[in-house]
Amino acid sequence: MAESLTKSADREPILQVRNLVKHFPLTQGVLFKKQVGAVKAVDGISFDLYRGETLGIVGESGCGKSTVAKLLMNLERATAGEVFYKGEDISKLSGRALKTVRRNIQMVFQDPYTSLNPRMTVGDIIGEPFDIHPEAAPKGDRRRKVQELLDVVGLNPEYVNRYPHQFSGGQRQRIGIARGLALNPEIIICDEPVSALDVSVQAQVINLMERLQDEFDLSYVFIAHDLSIVRHISDRVGVMYLGRMAEIGTDQEIYEHPTHPYTQALLSAVPVPDPEVSGARERIILSGDVPSPANPPSGCRFRTRCWKAQDKCAEETPLLAVPAPFKDTDSPAAHDSACHFAEEKDVVGAA
Amino acid sequence: MTTTEKTAAVSAPRTPEAAGSPLLQVRDLHVEFHTRDGVVKAVNGVNYSVSAGETLAVLGESGSGKSVTAQAIMGILDMPPAKIPQGEILFRGEDMLKMTVEQRRRVRGAKIAMIFQDALSSLNPVLSVGYQLGEMFRVHQGLSKKDAKAKAIELMDKVKIPAAKNRVGDYPHQFSGGMRQRIMIAMALALEPDLIIADEPTTALDVTVQAQVMDLLAELQREYHMGLILITHDLGVVADVADKIAVMYAGRIVENAPVRELYKNPAHPYTRGLLDSIPRLDQKGQELYAIKGLPPNLLHVPSGCAFNPRCPMAQDVCRTDVPALAKVADGRGSACHFWKETLHG
Repeated sequence: MAESLTKSADREPILQVRNLVKHFPLTQGVLFKKQVGAVKAVDGISFDLYRGETLGIVGESGCGKSTVAKLLMNLERATAGEVFYKGEDISKLSGRALKTVRRNIQMVFQDPYTSLNPRMTVGDIIGEPFDIHPEAAPKGDRRRKVQELLDVVGLNPEYVNRYPHQFSGGQRQRIGIARGLALNPEIIICDEPVSALDVSVQAQVINLMERLQDEFDLSYVFIAHDLSIVRHISDRVGVMYLGRMAEIGTDQEIYEHPTHPYTQALLSAVPVPDPEVSGARERIILSGDVPSPANPPSGCRFRTRCWKAQDKCAEETPLLAVPAPFKDTDSPAAHDSACHFAEEKDVVGAA
Repeated sequence: MTTTEKTAAVSAPRTPEAAGSPLLQVRDLHVEFHTRDGVVKAVNGVNYSVSAGETLAVLGESGSGKSVTAQAIMGILDMPPAKIPQGEILFRGEDMLKMTVEQRRRVRGAKIAMIFQDALSSLNPVLSVGYQLGEMFRVHQGLSKKDAKAKAIELMDKVKIPAAKNRVGDYPHQFSGGMRQRIMIAMALALEPDLIIADEPTTALDVTVQAQVMDLLAELQREYHMGLILITHDLGVVADVADKIAVMYAGRIVENAPVRELYKNPAHPYTRGLLDSIPRLDQKGQELYAIKGLPPNLLHVPSGCAFNPRCPMAQDVCRTDVPALAKVADGRGSACHFWKETLHG
């Protein structure tokens, strides 16, 4: 995996997201619905995804990371902004054009218990993409293809006629992954793919996903709240807070040289499974809760919980860019961070 | 806010007998569920003990029997289908399984309290949190409505809910997840119990909030000198707060140890596998170690050691003989035929 981590500057991004915005209207009244406000779930997000890489997106619940996933899939219409797939804006496509693009962007969902139809056999579930895109597999060939897919994800190909309830959580997630792979996509968006699984099974699914990535040259957008898993699988990581990107960089830049206070607090709050390390670590405990996205704070959205906040933070929205002190340096702290007072701080205690 | 009253009310003197002898001892506990498909043996001979001021973490994956053990201690198992064919649960030396329903009721809540994972479904959505907190005092101590409300506000202050006085009349849905979990903690603390059982108290919360809640729990435990049983699947949370750990697999304790020793040098292949299979924040690993196979179906637990089909060290003896919990060191045990090899391997 580390080999594919060559600096991405000279490569063409497969997916470019520019100023993506999604506001859900809040209405009042029954007959004459009047818009009284909006939940600003995603409020101006930009990032690139390169071929063969994994971009991790982390953040707490309500930060908009799952909405980003839906916007990338065009399951929700963006309020503003663009998503370029190989240079073409797909956020406004519909009908036939959208269907063609979707073949190349697939999704794996969080909950393998509700994302598989309990009345369909595994063969039907994995084969359903072929009904929608008949050109992907000739009719007589489908059963063989489905069995191949089962084999690829490490399930017994003879299980095609079984139903989802006959499988464990980890096996169901493999079925979900097989369905995602069916059309041979280039990008897979994974929304919390292992959070519902037991610890011992999580590792199996993560290893499977890494193997498949190498085998099929897949690009992943990996959305999760578990920072340890995201570090393990990602080449680059973006940290979201209340609909905005707080910081984005390579896994090493984010985890070992974070400059945004939110990233630092988030990392320091993760318990490390080693009493020797966790006792010695400095913990930053944030006060309060995440504000409502219907009424976000002015300026920097993190300022209400930030220990560095000053008047400037309320007045000026910090831009996502390399912070001034690190500009034109080779330091690993020179990555995009949306903070007026960005400072490097090692909170993980990586040796 | 009546600060002086508050401290006087909540820090009543602890009984001195709490020191030394364990507060709670679970001895050879068995729990079965009689279902249509057969008998599910959820807990098979569990032993553990907690002293005042001590934190015991019970670690296990889903179906390992960790929560069922806790429910048996609380006496909130539905019987039937559950049945406790064998075992003792001693609270201050008295077997709770032999108590009458009325005696048991007096222990529950007042002496042993429980915090559940999902605060939203544990709180009544149509009653204000103040009413629900006050209920503890009205029912157990016969306080008037007005006094109970005052007590509720004190408790909400205690668990650091901002502007408790204004929020006492609010309903559960008006609070965030972390605040709701604080209310659950307040409710458990209300009658100043000697022992708190927390079943995955932070699993539903975000990491930053999780840290707040764990901190609060540890602080209150110190203040009240309570025993704490922390049930969790998260090896990270445990490392921070526990004094000792019991690792459960398929209804048995497979390893128990003081927290540092367990992490440094596990004596059971399952514990070792778990520790190796979680990615670490402070290290970028290559491939993760994965424990092969799946946790067992409790209707058909493998013969011998329940972990043998997934164990890299399994030999013939593991398929036939159930390993007893062997003494590894003082306060440390491992239920593995090959614990020596595991420990030094």
